[in-house]
Amino acid sequence: MNTTIQVPTMASLFAEGKQPEVLFWVGCAGSFDDRAKKITKAFVKILNKAQVSFAVLGTEESCTGDPAKRAGNEFLFQMQAATNIEVLNGYEVKKIVTTCPHCFNTLKNEYPNLGGSYEVMHHTQFLKALLDEGRITMEGGQFKGKRITFHDPCYLGRANDVYEAPRDLIRKLDAELVEMKSCKSRGLCCGAGGAQMFKEAEKGDKEVNIERTEQAIEVQPDIIAAGCPFCNTMMTDGVKGKEKESTIAVMDIAELIANADDF
Amino acid sequence: MAYLPQVLFIVVLLLGIGYFVTNVKKLARNIKLGKNIVVDDHKSQRLTNMFKIAFGQTKMVVRPVSGFLHAIVYVGFIIINIEVLEIIIDGIFGTHRIGLSVLPESVYGFLIGTFEVLAVLVLVAVFIFWLRRNVIKLKRFLSAEMTGWPKNDANIILYIEVVLMCLFLTMNATDTAFQNLNSGNIVSQFLAPLFEGLSENTLHGIERVAWWLHIVGILAFLNYLYFSKHLHILLAFPNTYYGKLRPKGQLPNNETVTNEVKLMMDPSADPFAAPTGEADAAVPDKFGASDVMDLNWVQLLNAYTCTECGRCTSECPANQTGKKLSPRKIMMDTRDRLEEVGKNIDANKGTFVPDGKQLLGDYITHEELWACTTCNACVQACPVSIDPLSIIMDMRQYLVMEQSAAPSDLNTMMGNIENNGAPWPFNQQDRLNWSNES
Ligand code: SF4
Ligand code: SF4
Repeated sequence: MNTTIQVPTMASLFAEGKQPEVLFWVGCAGSFDDRAKKITKAFVKILNKAQVSFAVLGTEESCTGDPAKRAGNEFLFQMQAATNIEVLNGYEVKKIVTTCPHCFNTLKNEYPNLGGSYEVMHHTQFLKALLDEGRITMEGGQFKGKRITFHDPCYLGRANDVYEAPRDLIRKLDAELVEMKSCKSRGLCCGAGGAQMFKEAEKGDKEVNIERTEQAIEVQPDIIAAGCPFCNTMMTDGVKGKEKESTIAVMDIAELIANADDF
Repeated sequence: MAYLPQVLFIVVLLLGIGYFVTNVKKLARNIKLGKNIVVDDHKSQRLTNMFKIAFGQTKMVVRPVSGFLHAIVYVGFIIINIEVLEIIIDGIFGTHRIGLSVLPESVYGFLIGTFEVLAVLVLVAVFIFWLRRNVIKLKRFLSAEMTGWPKNDANIILYIEVVLMCLFLTMNATDTAFQNLNSGNIVSQFLAPLFEGLSENTLHGIERVAWWLHIVGILAFLNYLYFSKHLHILLAFPNTYYGKLRPKGQLPNNETVTNEVKLMMDPSADPFAAPTGEADAAVPDKFGASDVMDLNWVQLLNAYTCTECGRCTSECPANQTGKKLSPRKIMMDTRDRLEEVGKNIDANKGTFVPDGKQLLGDYITHEELWACTTCNACVQACPVSIDPLSIIMDMRQYLVMEQSAAPSDLNTMMGNIENNGAPWPFNQQDRLNWSNES
């Protein structure tokens, strides 16, 4: 990505007396993980191109607390939530978009009980809306006719019933959308959720991400599309484990769109 | 003496129903051992769910074969109850086929004919079910938790169904008057020749025996339910009514923790102030759950409703990859422990005497709990709206907040969040660095 990207912060806009249309919640993975940072930048590239007025919290953002809560540490989760809500409410945030389904779920479903109610969108929903409103246009270009399979993130799909927005976007790329044998409400987890990302897996026959990657390989895709930085990591590892990295790419929906030739 | 059969019938009926009621009371008491939560929201949505999921079986058809077979047995079960009503009236008043005297012959014939066809369909369905469990050996019926009683339980009910259906058909086939009507004996007319040549008395005798065994069998079945996963026939209704309506990803908020966090965040709060009576009363003795009494009553109702079908377990990513976790086992363990606690209370005149055991550790291991990815596949898969994940999460809360017994990697992760605001050891001040890295 050689174009420089514009990333305004809430603090700087606030100082100018401006309120952006939407707050982009970057998330811990999107901020620190090398692979996920690329997704973050791809999404910002699209926001810039579509001239969406947005801002990030930057150094004022902190972990939503999702992994803490799922690990059973309700106390730490609520401390994180209280801090974040104070910041969000301080900036009078109304609308949030995020590239991470875990942040999405927590902000959308678990913060309201703690005093933080916002309109929260996953970036695939947001992009779909931009497309419908004509604020972005895209044709497949390099993805035309490519076989793409979409891995449903548990926290986007089953947890929040978002199945179609990412698929609509893939179809819009003129790509051939192929479904794995477990998809949508019966999708198989990548193995990272519930704080599993941060610990060794319990003993078993194989790792969950390998099982899922095998399901993906079965449909012979050119690209495995994901909508979650954690799924992305798990599937990338899986593809490497199966020595398929030269033929199968793992990409986030935002990356697909940002890289579509005539975007 | 003419009234003897009627008196006998009423005694049998009262005994059967009486024992059932005793057990239902015990069931209700056990469920109430759970924490009280109030579920009085979205009443119409809940009714719709109950109607669709329990009555309409919408979630069963996700798996078409078992869904279809189950629907036959289910419809057979419901409709044949109309026949049971006739039997009960006949039994009490000493009448015979009372239906015939209130309904036009053609209507009665149509009804009984339908029952006969259903009885055959049920026999076919039961046979296929039996094959699936005992000959084809479907993977989801072979898990470690499905040996011994759970396996026998499933088969016993199939045998009971066979016996009941055969008795029903025999009863019709040997009822000469009914056969002479030649209406409604769609199936039994082909069985009647089997009894040809028997004296009228013998024939009548067989009919009476089949009739009696049929009603006794049904009462036995009713009372068997309490000891069996077949309790779902009754509990699926309340369970789908009280099932989770929130988005699946939303885990409940722990209010006690909220109050504590508020206190800590609020600079004006006086940490040394005496706790107000109200807040004090709300403090539970522990965070999370280590035994069945720490779970709420909906979770305990869930445990009694579980049909042990294993749809949850077969969708579970941890289970699919050979880990010890099986959401079905979580539910079965919860029920087993609850039954144990119930027996303890019965044996100790109404109070629970600690028995040195608990759900956590003695039934469900840490290893199982930590293997869960919270993916909700089990919750999605359950045909009767059970939420195994909620029990897993409550027990994780206990492990972490009461015992600090998280795996060390998770402690590192939590330490990082506490100190750096991220699960990795990066500095919060570097959170925007990505924006100017190339
Ligand atoms: S939520 Fe946990 S128990 Fe349920 S299917 Fe997923 S991993 Fe298995
Ligand atoms: S919890 Fe539901 S899906 Fe799992 S075994 Fe019990 S009834 Fe079946």
